Amino acid sequence: MAEAASIDVPGDGVRSRAWLNAVNAWLLLLPAALFLGAFTHYPVLATIRSSLFVVRRNGGEVFAGLDNYGSMTEDPIFWKAFVNNVWFALGTVPTSIALALLMAIWVNRNIRGRGLLRLAFFTPTVLPMIAVANIWLFFYTPDYGLLDQLRSLAGLPGWNWLGDPRSVMGCLIVMVIWKEAGFFMIFYLAALQQLPPDLNEAAAMEGAGRFYIFRRITFPLLMPATLFIAINAVINSFKLVDHLVIMTKGGPNNASTLLLYYIYEVAFTFQDHAYAATLTVVLVAILSSLALLKFGYLDRRIHYQ
Amino acid sequence: MRIFKLAAATCAIVASLAAGMRTASAVDLTMYYPVAVGGPVTKIIDDMVQRFEKQNPDIKVTAVYAGNYTDTMTKAMTAMKGGQPPQLSVLLSTDVFTLLDENAIVPMDDLVPDKSWFGSFYPAFMANGKVDGKTWSIPFQRSTIVLYWNKDAFKEAGLDPEKAPANWNEMAGMAAKLVKKDAAGNVTRWGVEIPSTGYAYWMLQALAIENGQKMMNDAGNEVYLTATKTVEALDYWVGLSRKDAVMPTGSIDWATLRTDFVEGKTAMMWHTTGNLTAVKDSAKFNFGVALLPAKERRGSPTGGGSFYIFKSASPDQQKAAVKFIQWMTAPEQAAEWSIKTGYVAVSPAAYKTPAMEEYAKGFPAAVVARDQLDHAVPELSVHENGRIYKFVGDAVQAAVTGTQKPQEALAAAQQQADRVLKAYK
Repeated sequence: MAEAASIDVPGDGVRSRAWLNAVNAWLLLLPAALFLGAFTHYPVLATIRSSLFVVRRNGGEVFAGLDNYGSMTEDPIFWKAFVNNVWFALGTVPTSIALALLMAIWVNRNIRGRGLLRLAFFTPTVLPMIAVANIWLFFYTPDYGLLDQLRSLAGLPGWNWLGDPRSVMGCLIVMVIWKEAGFFMIFYLAALQQLPPDLNEAAAMEGAGRFYIFRRITFPLLMPATLFIAINAVINSFKLVDHLVIMTKGGPNNASTLLLYYIYEVAFTFQDHAYAATLTVVLVAILSSLALLKFGYLDRRIHYQ
Repeated sequence: MRIFKLAAATCAIVASLAAGMRTASAVDLTMYYPVAVGGPVTKIIDDMVQRFEKQNPDIKVTAVYAGNYTDTMTKAMTAMKGGQPPQLSVLLSTDVFTLLDENAIVPMDDLVPDKSWFGSFYPAFMANGKVDGKTWSIPFQRSTIVLYWNKDAFKEAGLDPEKAPANWNEMAGMAAKLVKKDAAGNVTRWGVEIPSTGYAYWMLQALAIENGQKMMNDAGNEVYLTATKTVEALDYWVGLSRKDAVMPTGSIDWATLRTDFVEGKTAMMWHTTGNLTAVKDSAKFNFGVALLPAKERRGSPTGGGSFYIFKSASPDQQKAAVKFIQWMTAPEQAAEWSIKTGYVAVSPAAYKTPAMEEYAKGFPAAVVARDQLDHAVPELSVHENGRIYKFVGDAVQAAVTGTQKPQEALAAAQQQADRVLKAYK
């Protein structure tokens, strides 16, 4: 407004007011900008810098160029963690979104005990990840864990759920879906309640079936929510590692290692900060390209009301 | 404006607090310690610390439980880099090279009034702490691996309940008889279990020693993972589950193995003697403790944690820390600690105390791990210990889960270890 005014009437008083306005705006933004700079942008730049150096044990830094990245491509554990993370994302994201939508539609209807049902679906989200991991650790314990006790009722032998590289990832995926779906359900529920009922009524009068209404009206109108949830779910699949500390420590033989957990190990257990910075840069690159994908491409293809 | 006043007030409060702390007359010590076994270990430590403080009112010790050995080392190193290191810590005796590389610790030699004190401990426990002619750690919660066996299960299987297996073949043979299956053919009791998470390198080292193979050199910059006898050791371990079917397949968890044994899910287990009292308190059957079986020889690596004093502590704090360590490792306390946990008391004198003599008379298992010291060798300790342990642990897990053959898995670990240790030659 002020800018437009200054073009029309280039009077001195207006110009100084525009200037004051800009100062005012910057001052209002300053606290947030400072925090963002200090805790997000500076660390990212510092990480990129560290990844280009090698730290000697005596504390001296030596410029190493892309050496750290070179040894990363030759590090089998990095590739294992990377591939694991992709599977982990593929395993958790679509299923938890589908489940969240299903639950949201269910508890959105007028049924008895709706509040209780919503609470039940949301409970896993409220629990801290460490508590969840301990509960599920009991489910998965070989022989006397819950799952194996159920198996023994059916006459099946015990299964070493977390100790077998073939099953450990599946076990963690199921647990994370259980934990995440309720959280995403809340977003769908909110979105569903925003939908105008007249669209449904009009469609019903035209004789459209319930599934047709869902497919052609409800689901497309939920797309903004779906996109938001999908981005969050993918980011979470790279961020969530607390359970590994309790349940598997990334084992057996790195079968359940995820990128962020490997970064933690390298940075703090091995005290190799340069290499940890290198791995972090890769993780940040993955996450920012996901964000770019959202803002640059997907946003434009989705209908916002 | 108000905000400036508030900030100024906060600064003033913080400054006065800091000044107040500095003027306090008592020496404050923070100690990190790890717990790797069952039982009320943190309570035992707190109780001992309290009694020490009562006898030494000028020293205040804050004992911080910091997780397992790896977690504790991680926390100590991170705290040090953050500028807030503990003054002393119990860490793996094998972390000495890493701590030296990090320039974190001081040698005990310059701090103790009388070096003959070092001679009062079992030499096997001092071995890991001696580097370059100096003593860097004092043993505290030290152990060897022992074989626990369920006497009732032995009797049920028609074996002599008083005789533990003496060699590898015997162990495999007995284990085969001890496996119990239900009507559907599912195993309800395994013959033997060796844990493969947490400290897999330790178990592999025990097997390698018994097979007559050293795992590392004295300089701590070489490991021998692809030596024929190391591979044979892992072959035997993997064979127990994949060939003889007397051990579950997949990785066996360090922390839950004690429960497996106490619940009768396995008739024998290899575990640290540090778990002895926890097993004794919860087992509802007769059990025995024996030296690990031999192949070429008997043997177990020593294990467990020692006291280290950090370089960044003030001279007063270092002196106080030595006083605390001397108290904690004195014969009476060492005996008490051993009785309450099962760890090996660190000095011969501790076994001569009336309390320990009394206890051992009624419970001979309490001295088995000590007797094994005659056959013990220092635990695997090299530069970049954390990394090397991970490589060896990964190799063991790859082999026991059937992902790789022992030979391949160890070759991969050796290659990675060589790459890391190259910098220390």
